[in-house]
Parts: sequence; structure tokens; C-alpha cells
Amino acid sequence: MAVDEISTVRSERIWTYAMVAVAAVMLVAIVHAGIAQHFGTPSNSIETVDPNTLHLAGEFVSENLGTRVGLDGKITTRVVTTQFAFAPDCVVVPQHMQVTLRAASPDVLHGLMIMGTNVNTMVVPGYVSQVHTVFDKTGEMLMPCHEFCGLGHSQMVARVRVVPLEDFQPDEQGRVSCADR
Amino acid sequence: MPTANRLVLAHIWTAFAAFGVAIVLGLWQMWVRSPLAAPLSSAENYFISVTAHGSAMAYVLTTFFIMGFGYFVAESALKTPLPYRGLGWFGFILGILGTVLVVATVLTGKATVMFTFYPPLTATPWFYLGLVMVVVGSWVWCALMLVAMARWKKTHPGQAVPLAMYATTANAVLWLWTTIGVAAELLLVVIPAAFGWTRAVDVGLTRTLFSWTLHAIVYFWLIPAYIAFYTMAPQAAGGRLFSDTMARISFILFLLCGLPVGLHHLFMDPEHSSGFKMVQMMLTVLVAVPTLLTVFTVTASLETAGRLNGGRGLLGWVAALPWKRPMVLATGLSFFMLWFGGFGGLINMSYGMNAMVHNTSWVTAHFHMIFGGSVVIMYFAIAYEIWPQLTGRSPTSLALQRAQLWLWAVGMMVLSLPWHWLGLQGQWRRVAHFDYSDPAIAWWAPWMIASLIGGAMLVVSAAMFIGNLITFHLKLQAAPPVRPMHYAVALHPGARLPSALNGFTLWNVFVLILMAAAYTYPIVQSFIINPPHAVVHRVDRAQ
Ligand SMILES: [Cu+2]
Ligand SMILES: [Cu+2]
Repeated sequence: MAVDEISTVRSERIWTYAMVAVAAVMLVAIVHAGIAQHFGTPSNSIETVDPNTLHLAGEFVSENLGTRVGLDGKITTRVVTTQFAFAPDCVVVPQHMQVTLRAASPDVLHGLMIMGTNVNTMVVPGYVSQVHTVFDKTGEMLMPCHEFCGLGHSQMVARVRVVPLEDFQPDEQGRVSCADR
Repeated sequence: MPTANRLVLAHIWTAFAAFGVAIVLGLWQMWVRSPLAAPLSSAENYFISVTAHGSAMAYVLTTFFIMGFGYFVAESALKTPLPYRGLGWFGFILGILGTVLVVATVLTGKATVMFTFYPPLTATPWFYLGLVMVVVGSWVWCALMLVAMARWKKTHPGQAVPLAMYATTANAVLWLWTTIGVAAELLLVVIPAAFGWTRAVDVGLTRTLFSWTLHAIVYFWLIPAYIAFYTMAPQAAGGRLFSDTMARISFILFLLCGLPVGLHHLFMDPEHSSGFKMVQMMLTVLVAVPTLLTVFTVTASLETAGRLNGGRGLLGWVAALPWKRPMVLATGLSFFMLWFGGFGGLINMSYGMNAMVHNTSWVTAHFHMIFGGSVVIMYFAIAYEIWPQLTGRSPTSLALQRAQLWLWAVGMMVLSLPWHWLGLQGQWRRVAHFDYSDPAIAWWAPWMIASLIGGAMLVVSAAMFIGNLITFHLKLQAAPPVRPMHYAVALHPGARLPSALNGFTLWNVFVLILMAAAYTYPIVQSFIINPPHAVVHRVDRAQ
């Protein structure tokens, strides 16, 4: 078979350039999606929180959990992930509005995702996890813990209820909870 | 010539024994998660099983196989006896004792922390010490590979180290770098906590250190498969290696690109900023390059063989390949699975897109396809290739070997394609049982059963594999003379090799620079921001 050394080297070189070009195109696409289209990773700024005092003071005390509309109109949903339940285990969010989900853990490593969405983050004790999202469809979705956190891990599933904006009625403190309806 | 054959057999049989047990556990786990009622089903049994399955497959199968195969290559490629064979046995015994500790602690429920540990969950210290012993045993192997190559170079000045040995040593170098992360995590943080010397751990730091190991370890596992692609498949196909230089460059690129990318496993974590995540994402894209180069060189090598066999036209050479030879068949099947696995991997590493699949069944399916599929099928093919050398007997039936390989590939597709799909739809990981009465989950049932059938096919294939190897040891028939091991030679040998492609000094300097750039800040950050630590949660005693 006539494959001389020069043509071998030439074909290799062409392939190498082509593959480096393929990698470069992928890189540009991913960076573009990440920066220009904000299709990025959760928790851009690193925020710490003490897992041992989470329940005593600060934003993750139990009265402050669930969905809350701030004085500035911003909607924040806070959850605490514990062995082996979410607190609260059901949250209400409005459709078509920007929602900020904040989560923290007082004990071990957990993770959460909302099925059917791109909401996905690890919850690492010592840090606050934060995800921004907009829910397009109304209805109830599962929010399971997706990281092994002990023998009860499989039971750890919460619910997210997405309601039309007109049904999203905060109380005087700006709170909306699943129990209200 | 005294040989290390017994040492090789001891290692690789240990690897496949662990594999044989772990795969049965894997099938049971799929059964438990499926809508069908499984025996012994409980959360505790399930997570014990997952820890055992993961530890056996990821640590025991791989490490012992790679060590055994490395000893084989060192003798057969360098054509000299292995130096310090006694130390090889020392490393082996250390690894066996470590494995026994791991098995004992996991099976008694004292170490249900998965093979990825997840501090602040904390097992009995003996579990981690067992793993440390396996790793230290493998460091002995690394040293022996380095010594074997250095000695050969001294006695063969100016000659190129045979490719199979060069690649094996590249893997030893890679492994030494790789294990630094997990060793630091275990020795500095996890084991002190397990002994009760510290009450709390910096969870972010442990995750960062583990990520150092987590990508490169996969390359450690797959380099033997690539050695087979480059040096065994072209030979079995009756051709030549298209390019020896290109092969060396690929192995060097694995060493360089496989390490400074581990943070891509932490894209969804809160302890790192998006900047460092993006830097390591960029390096991760480069990881695709050596695999794409391998696809080219190996395909071109096989084309050479097909054309020598009389294949004509654009694709006629494919049909002309000797597919009856298990090594050629396995290479074809492995490449087929590599396309699926590679595609899945591209999704995982794509930064924002990772949110779609992180910690879903997609990830589990992905690494089963790429490791269990593309890589382990080459472990089988390597075993079929070297067992005649090790036992001095030829196989009783190539047809049985081929059937086993086919069943493995088909089983892996049936197992992992439904699994990928469920993951994309949001099925989350590491769950002992799903509530199929929930309408959001009920539709998964038939997909889970399909996947379970794939798992059953894999168990049958594994049993056939072990049976095929055992036939070599039974003195069933007179052994015809076995030809000595031959690795593929390059199409154009004799070109002078730059010394950089015949050693690792320069590349170690590059790795050091890359790792310093990629990991100094992510590790030091823990001491700058000094995050609150999390209290240890013991799993080995009632709280
Ligand atoms: Cu969990
Ligand atoms: Cu990786």
C-alpha cells in the first residue's frame, strides 16, 4: 500500500488542525452561552454561612423560610436542606417572574434540583447556594435532594408549586406559602 | 527468563474477582430501584451495595488490572525481566490487605459513604485506611514502572522506548499526580476526623481536593484501553500503527489535559466562583483533543490493515478487517460506545448546560457507557490477548469470546440509553427507591425495566467472560505453541524521536505549572475566606 511518510504526516496535521478548530468552536459557544446569555453556573459570588447557627439567627431562621416578596418587589425563595427533609417541604412561586432560590444546610452535603427545569445546585454546609430562574409553566413539580446525605436520602423530596401571577398573593409580611391555599 | 507472569495473574484475577461480585450487586441495585419487588430491599442494604459496587469497580477492578497489565507490558515490550519483582508482590499484598479492610467495613455497614466519601459524613477510619493501602500499593507499581523504563533507556541509549511501555509509564506518572488530591483529602482532613481528632471539617476544601483526583482518575482507568487501541488492535488486524509519534503526543496530552480540569465536577457548587469554573471548563475542552487524535490514528491504522487485506473503495476496508479476532471486534465496539459516551461528556462539561444533567441519571449512564462500555470491553480484549501468554495455552473458542463481547456492548446500550433518557427528564441520582405512585414518576417504570434487562445481559456477559478465562487454566487440551507477544510497529519506523517524546521530565514541569495555575487559588481560597466548618456526622455508630 502506498502511503509515504510525507502524506502520513500531512494527513495527521490536517486532522489535528481540524480537531483543534472543533474544540475552539465548542469553547466559543460555551463561553458565549455562559457570559452573553447568562447560561451559567449557580452561586457566582461566594457567600458563607455557619451551619451550626443557621437556625438561630440570620436569613435562614424558620420564620424566614419559603417564598417572600421583598420591599423592593424582588421574590426570594429560601429553603434549608436537612437530614432528611426540606424546610419548608413545599414552596409557592409565581409564573413568568424572576425568582431567586437560596439554600443552605445545617448538617451534611445535600443537593437540589427542580424537575423539568434547569434549577440545579449543590448545597454545601458552610456556604449559601443561590440560583436565579423564571418558571414558565404552572403546576406542581418535584424538588428532590440529589446528593447522598445518609440512609434517609431517598425520602427527601419537596414540591414547588408554580401559580399564575394573579393567584400569587403575599400576606402583609410579603410571604406566600403552600398552606395558604 | 524468569517472568512476572504469576504477579500479573494475581493482580488481574483480583481485579476480575472484584468485578464479578460488583456487577451482581449492580444488577440488584437496578432491581431495587425498578418498579419490580426485589429481595432484601432496604435503604441500608441499597447504600451498602452502592458503596461496595462503586469501590470495587472504581478502585479494585481498575487499580489491580492496570498494575497487572503494566507488569506484563514492562516485560513483554521491553523484553527484559521486571526489576524488583519482590516489591511488586509487596505492593500487591498491601493492596489486598487494603481491599479486605474496605470490604469488611463496607459490608458491616460501618462505611456507607459511597466511594466518593462525602464528608462531613464520616465512616470508620479503617475504611479510609484500607483505601490508602490500595493507593500506596499502586504507588509501588508506579515506582517500578519508572525504574523499568529508566533502566531500559540506560541499556538502550538513543533508542525509542517501545510505545506500550512509554504509555504505561505515562499512566504511572499521571497516577502519581492524580492521587495527590485524594491522598491530601484523606490524610489531612477525613482520617483525622474519622479518628475523632477533629470535630468539624471544611467541606468545600474536601470537595476541591477530591476534584483534583476525580477527572484524572478516569484517564488512569482508560489509558490501558488506549494502549490496546494503539499497540494491539492494529497488530490483531494485520496492519501497522499509522504513527508512533502521534500516539506519544496523545498520551502526553492525556497527562497534561487530564489533571487541571477537576473543577468541572464542581460547576454546581457554591464554594467556587464562576471565574475559576470557567477557566477549568476551557481546559476541559482541550481534553477532547487527544481522544479525537486517537480516533484518527487508530482508524487510519485499521484502514491500513483493511487495505492490506484487499479492501477497496472508501469503506471497503472496513468489511475486509478480521472481525473474527476479539481484539479487532472489541476495538470496533469500544469506538461505537465512545461516540455516545463522548457526546454525553461534552454535555456534562458544557458549563451552564451541566445544570440540565448534574446529579441526574444522565451522569450515571454516561460513566457506565464510557467506562463500563468503552474501557472495560478493552480490559476484556486485553485479557483475551495476554492470557495465552500468561498461561501458555490458546483459547478453546474465539466464538465464545466474540459472543461475550457482543453481549457486553449490546447490554451496555440497553442499560444506559434508557438511563440517559430518564436523567434528561430529571431522574435524580443515588436513590434507593422511587415512589412510582407519583404521576410525575409513574411513566419511568417501563424505562427502568428496559434498563434492568440491559443489566441482566451484562451479568450474563460477565459470567461468560470469567468462564472464558477459566478455560485457559483448565488443562482441557494440549497447548499449541503460543507465539510471543507482538505489539504493532509503526508504518514508518526509524524516524528519530525527539528526546521529549521519549521521557517525561519536560511534561512534569508543564503539569506542575498547569496544576499550580488551576488549583493554587481554589485550594488557598479556603484559608482566605475560612468558611465555617461542618460538624462530623458519623455513619459507623448510632447518633
Ligand atoms: Cu439527600
Ligand atoms: Cu471529569
